[in-house]
Amino acid sequence: MVEASGQADVIIVGGGIVGASTAFFLRGRGVKVILLERFLIGQQASGTNFGNVRRQGRYLRQLPLANRSRDIWGRIHELTGSNVEFMPVGHIRFLWKEEQLAVVEKYQRDAAEYGLELHILGKEAIRERFPFIGPEAVAGSWSPHDGHANPRLVAPAFAQAAMRNGATIIENCEVLSIEKSGEDFTVETPRGNYRAPVVVISSGAWGADHAAAMGEAVPLVVDGPQMGVTEPLPYFVHPVVGVSTQVPGEVAYLRQIPRGNIIFGGVRRRPAALDERRAKYDPAGLMEQLRQIQRLAPALRHARVIRTWSGVEGYLADDIPVMGDSDKIAGLFYAFGFCGHGFQIGPGVGDVMAELIATGTTTTPIDDFHIRRFKDPARWQRTAAH
Amino acid sequence: MADPRIVIVGAGPAGTRAAELLVAAGLRPVVIDESPRSGGQIYRRPPPNFTRSHEQLYGTEAGRARAIHATFDAFANKVDYRAETLAWAVKDDRVFVQKAMTVEQIPYDALLLAPGATDRLIPLEGWTRPGCYSLGAAQITLKAQGCAIGQEVVFVGTGPLLYLVAYQYMKAGIAPVAVLDTSSLAQQLRGLPLMVARPEQLIKGAQIVSALRQGGVRVLRGVRPLEVLGDDRSVTGMRFCDAAGHEQELRCTAVGMGYHLRAESQLADLAGCSFEFHPTVRQWLPVIDEMGRSSIRNVYLAGDGVRILGADGAEVAGRLAAIALLSDLGWPIDQAKVRSLQAEMRRHVRFASGIAKAFPWPHEQVAAIPDRTLICRCEAITAGELRASVKDLFSPEVNRAKAFSRVGMGRCQGRFCGPASQEVVAAANGAPIQSAGRIRGQAPVKPLPIGITEETSRG
Ligand SMILES: Cc1cc2nc3c(=O)[nH]c(=O)nc-3n(C[C@H](O)[C@H](O)[C@H](O)COP(=O)(O)OP(=O)(O)OC[C@H]3O[C@@H](n4cnc5c(N)ncnc54)[C@H](O)[C@@H]3O)c2cc1C
Ligand SMILES: Cc1cc2nc3c(=O)[nH]c(=O)nc-3n(C[C@H](O)[C@H](O)[C@H](O)COP(=O)(O)OP(=O)(O)OC[C@H]3O[C@@H](n4cnc5c(N)ncnc54)[C@H](O)[C@@H]3O)c2cc1C
Repeated sequence: MVEASGQADVIIVGGGIVGASTAFFLRGRGVKVILLERFLIGQQASGTNFGNVRRQGRYLRQLPLANRSRDIWGRIHELTGSNVEFMPVGHIRFLWKEEQLAVVEKYQRDAAEYGLELHILGKEAIRERFPFIGPEAVAGSWSPHDGHANPRLVAPAFAQAAMRNGATIIENCEVLSIEKSGEDFTVETPRGNYRAPVVVISSGAWGADHAAAMGEAVPLVVDGPQMGVTEPLPYFVHPVVGVSTQVPGEVAYLRQIPRGNIIFGGVRRRPAALDERRAKYDPAGLMEQLRQIQRLAPALRHARVIRTWSGVEGYLADDIPVMGDSDKIAGLFYAFGFCGHGFQIGPGVGDVMAELIATGTTTTPIDDFHIRRFKDPARWQRTAAH
Repeated sequence: MADPRIVIVGAGPAGTRAAELLVAAGLRPVVIDESPRSGGQIYRRPPPNFTRSHEQLYGTEAGRARAIHATFDAFANKVDYRAETLAWAVKDDRVFVQKAMTVEQIPYDALLLAPGATDRLIPLEGWTRPGCYSLGAAQITLKAQGCAIGQEVVFVGTGPLLYLVAYQYMKAGIAPVAVLDTSSLAQQLRGLPLMVARPEQLIKGAQIVSALRQGGVRVLRGVRPLEVLGDDRSVTGMRFCDAAGHEQELRCTAVGMGYHLRAESQLADLAGCSFEFHPTVRQWLPVIDEMGRSSIRNVYLAGDGVRILGADGAEVAGRLAAIALLSDLGWPIDQAKVRSLQAEMRRHVRFASGIAKAFPWPHEQVAAIPDRTLICRCEAITAGELRASVKDLFSPEVNRAKAFSRVGMGRCQGRFCGPASQEVVAAANGAPIQSAGRIRGQAPVKPLPIGITEETSRG
């Protein structure tokens, strides 16, 4: 990708799905952007995630953003000019316990207000529609318009489309410091300094360090969800599959791609480190994952796992991201810490951030995500405990 | 340390010699090997009810094979030997193993990896046709099962194993149609000054070639293989360019191919060991000191899994690594013994660099694999698709190219397509081979059944 040390309207720090789509949508609005990425575009959380384009079960007040994002997903191939393997095959969450029904029924009612269509399916209905499901499942919550995509392709697709539209994207270029002097920010990298009146921090799990350096500390934990993939099998699991449960050790998910491999994850996250280029998979957790995915699809017991991996993700104490402008410095914007949801909402986040930067306001509510909520440390402890 | 827990992976010549020294020091290491019987690759033992003698099985190496087998059998009840057990991951000072449908974590204070090597392959048009085997597979069917890969066999590739396997087939009554070597005679002569470090091996090699010629086997050097002919049910021939540049076709029903070996270094990778690029063999190999210590404090590496030095070299390396391990645990060491082993080791290294010079991996041929040829067998990806991921999607190195193209994402996890994909990626970028890097190891090192359950009694 092209190399230049220079000046723009906006500098984006970090080229995951959030930074790359922000660059893409800013270019759509005619804004001059430079994106600086420490390694390669989409190599961190955005390229290693499970690939779930799921809205159901997410934080309710995030649904307007999630819906906006889902709309972009539906047009992503024409927007980016790349086939990122988005498949709106639906998302089914299975229940192991009758008691959980009340939880998903309430969520169904609440989500309906945000326009998310969900169907609660009983014991027979799930077996008829999803014959692969194991005997323990008692019901399911079906979201017909969710789906999945290939994470390895999405952020690069946005970046390439942004470049074709005139964005400057610089890989292997780590941002070392950001300083505001007068109207402009000076962004320091080993390849020289870049200047712009606006800076967006979209550095994923590293975002908290960058925000802290700007005087706005947030409580962020870095973790690595654990992922695996099987050898190719006949295509028999069409929707994305998950679990609705109160037991953390029962959280498991899987999806199959048409070429046959089943990608799975869940059960336990493992600590990840920011100073390592990639999060390591912990084989000690594999047996439990395999047990849980066999509850979902017992036929899998005859298949084989061929690879495992993990990725570096940032989780805020209240499990929702930091998005919006800085509380302290004019021209500084944040979009990081997507708490395991950022792949689905990523394209929407890029669109909203571009709108916010270009127009000063957003048509989609994002107030809940503003960094000012962490100003009072006593409050975050409360939210964290809840 | 009172009773250190030591785990050895691999019961070939390197693992056997290492275990022997540890047992002699009064320790009881765990020895893990995925094969049903000890012996490793070269001294692979047939199933117990097979009756061919050591001489029939191992030819000139019968004496060494017998010695390795006898050594192992003598200490077998003094080690915790786990046969048919795969080591599939290493993390946090534990080896994760699988046997049939159970898995187990084995904690260690020191780990000695001696997992050997596998064939290094070059994708060739038609190489996925039934009847096309690696040299190693061709040899294993003969050694372990007493079967041949076909009646009319062409062996293609380069390296001593190419001639050895052809010779073993001839001795077993299946004289190959031809041996096609990509290395030219002139190239082979260039390796001589280094190969004289082990004259006995040099003579053995020359004898094998002349025996093949006397047996009516065509031996052609300096060739460029073009295509394995046939259809989806069988191989019917081999098309290649001879040294003079003329295209030729040979009729055959099977092809055995291999370009020397590649170290099975995934476990070392998972253990966190540093790697370095070795230009002579154009491979990334784990960093070791002159004893076999890796960059990780309690991980030791020996045998073909870290440097391809052959079976005798593997025995020496196994001994040295065991001595290093014992010395690091506080055992006294015999300096004179170490010095003589290291001197022997230097001879093997010299010889191996001669071999690498004489039978080089023909990297220009690899880089020029036609676009339509399948480079990744598991995922059915062509060289053209790999190049497109480099050129259209800007992949500076193989892991990025893997993410875009899926080359190396299948069952073999890049063990077989990795070396070729490095060459193709580097060439497509117009960059030196080092810049293409190597496909990172990810657990499990071989596919693992999902229905497995965990054994908790021992860990
Ligand atoms: C294993 C795993 C599974 C997941 N599964 C899902 C899922 O199924 N569905 C879903 O919606 N979400 C999922 N997520 C979450 C989702 O992947 C993330 O929320 C999302 O990718 C975040 O995107 P991002 O662009 O903010 O961060 P990232 O993709 O991490 O990008 C941040 C970028 O900033 C760069 N950077 C950091 N510091 C600097 C610096 N100093 N200078 C320059 N660049 C810098 C990094 O190199 C990185 O490329 C998962 C996450 C993981 C790890
Ligand atoms: C196919 C092939 C054929 C060869 N033929 C010849 C020949 O004819 N003559 C010759 O001189 N040299 C030959 N060589 C080279 C020779 O085999 C080696 O130099 C020698 O065997 C190296 O000894 P080693 O102990 O390092 O490894 P090996 O003898 O290869 O032993 C390694 C052992 O580790 C085990 N292992 C590997 N990975 C794992 C794992 N993850 N979990 C559990 N166990 C594992 C294997 O089952 C094997 O038994 C051949 C090599 C190969 C690959």
